[in-house]
Amino acid sequence: MAPAEPALEKENKPVSGFERKVPAPPVTPETQPFWSAAAEGRLLIKWCRSCDQAHYYPRSICPFCFGDTTEWREASGRGTIYSYSIMRRVPVPYAIAYVTLEEGVTMMTNIVDCDLDAIRIGQQVQVVFRPTEGGPPVPMFAPA
Amino acid sequence: MTIKGKAYIAGIYEHPTRKAEDKSLAQLHAEVARGALDDAGLTRDDVDGYFCAGDAPGLGGLSMADYMGLKVRHMDTTETGGSSYVIHVAHAAEAIAAGKCTVALITLAGRPRAEGTATGTTSRNYGAASPDVPFEFPFGPTVVNQYAMAAMRHIYQYGTTSAQLAWIKVAASHHAQHNSHALLRDVVTVDDVVNSPMISDPLHRLDCCVITDGGGALVVVKPEVARSLRRPRVRVIGAGEAPKHQMGGKIDLTYSGAVWSGPAAFSEAGVKPADIKYVSIYDSFTITVLITLEDLGFCEKGHGGKFVSDGNLISGVGTLPFNTDGGGLCNNHPGNRGGLTKVVEAVRQLRGEAHPRVQVRNCDVALAHGTGGSLATRHGSATLIMDRG
Repeated sequence: MAPAEPALEKENKPVSGFERKVPAPPVTPETQPFWSAAAEGRLLIKWCRSCDQAHYYPRSICPFCFGDTTEWREASGRGTIYSYSIMRRVPVPYAIAYVTLEEGVTMMTNIVDCDLDAIRIGQQVQVVFRPTEGGPPVPMFAPA
Repeated sequence: MTIKGKAYIAGIYEHPTRKAEDKSLAQLHAEVARGALDDAGLTRDDVDGYFCAGDAPGLGGLSMADYMGLKVRHMDTTETGGSSYVIHVAHAAEAIAAGKCTVALITLAGRPRAEGTATGTTSRNYGAASPDVPFEFPFGPTVVNQYAMAAMRHIYQYGTTSAQLAWIKVAASHHAQHNSHALLRDVVTVDDVVNSPMISDPLHRLDCCVITDGGGALVVVKPEVARSLRRPRVRVIGAGEAPKHQMGGKIDLTYSGAVWSGPAAFSEAGVKPADIKYVSIYDSFTITVLITLEDLGFCEKGHGGKFVSDGNLISGVGTLPFNTDGGGLCNNHPGNRGGLTKVVEAVRQLRGEAHPRVQVRNCDVALAHGTGGSLATRHGSATLIMDRG
C-alpha cells in the first residue's frame, strides 16, 4: 500500500461513542418501499412468488427464475454473521459484515453497538436502523 | 470454434515508471503502445485491432484511437476491472480467428499515485443508477475490507492462518529483489507481514498490493504474422472468463469465478494444472492468490494455506513459481489494475526472458489469471493459458 495520510499513521483503535457518518442511500422507485419501511424500523426483503425464494438486494425481476412476480415481505430482522472485517486505518474504525438472515439471504451491513474486537463469525445479531446523512435510515445489526 | 493456436502474443511492454506526475494518462497509453510494438518488431500502422478498458480516458477506445492515430477495423472495450486485459487477449484471439483483425493492440495505463487516490481505504461510489449502491455504499465497503471479509471467512471455514497468507507476500518479495523496476525490492519475512499494521482484519499492510502509476501493453497477432517476426513465439492455447457476483444473496466468499474460468481454459488448452510450469496469479491481496490457486485446481479447496507455505511459490525453491516479477504485491499494480502485467511476466517466462534468478527452467506452458472488481461482491475472473509456439 502507498503510505497513508500522516494523521492516520498511528494504529487506530476502535472508538466508542463516536460514529462514522453514514452516506444516504440513493432511493429509486424500484426500491422505495424498502426505504419507507426502514423509516418505520421494518426490514423488508423481496420474495419471488414464482420460485418461492427470497433474494437480496431487492429487485423487481427475480435473479433466480427471472420472473416478475416479486413481492415485499417483512423479515424477522434476526440473522447470523457470515463474515466481517474491522476497517482500522480510517478516522473512525467500523465493522463491515455480511449477515445471513433467517430467511436465507445474506446482506452487506455494519455491526454496531458492541466492542468491535468481540465480533465473531456465527454470532447472532438483530437489525437496528441507523440514520444517514440526509436520507432514510439503513439496516445495521447489533448482537442479539 | 476454439482459439487454440489461432493467435500469438508477439509484443509485451511494462512501463518502467511507478509514479507518473509528469505524464498524462493518454500519453502513458501511447508510450506503452510504442513499447509493445517495438518489442514485437511491428509499427503503429500494422495495428488493425484495438483493445482497452475503463482506465482509458474520455470515450475510451475512441479517445485513444484518436490520440494514437489508429486506423482499426476491430475494437473491444470489455471492462471487468483489473482482469480486463487477460480477457482482451482471449477476445483478440477470437477476433483474429474470425478474420476481424491480424494485429491487435491492448493498452492499460493509470496514475493513482500522481492523483493521490486513496485506493484501498475509501468507498467508491458507482452512482445512484448502480443497483447495488443503495444496499452497499452506506456501509463503507472499501477494496481492502471487502477482500478482508473473504479472507476472514476462509480462515473461519478452513483454518487458514495469517502466517500462511503471509507466505504469498514473502514469495513475491523474493522475486521482486531481482526486479530493478519493482516498487518494493526488500525481501520480507512472515513475521514482517503479520507484524505490519492491520488495515482491515485480517489483512495487514503487507497483505495488500502496491499502488503505482504506469501501465503496459500487449500485441496479439495471427500465426502468419508471428512467424514473420524475430521474437520467441508465445501461443494462446486456452482461455476462460466468468463473472461471479452475489448470486441473489446466496453469498459464498470462499471461492472465486476461477472455478468456472479455470476449467474452461484448461479444457480448451488440453492441459491440466500439473502441466503448468509457471503461473501469474492476480495478487491484489494475498487472499486473492490463495483462493485462486484452490479454484484453479493447483490444490484442494481449503488447502491453499498449506500449499503456499514454506516457499512453495518461490522460483527455484517451490513446486509452483508464481509472479516472478514481484507481482502486484511488490512490483507494480498500474492504475490499480494488475491483469496486464500478469500476462507480461508469463510471456517473459515462456520466452526465457525473465530475470535469470527467477527464470523457470523448461518453461513451456504458463498460465495467467486475473481477478477484477471485488472478490466479496462482484468480480470478473479470467484465465489464459499459453505455450511456446
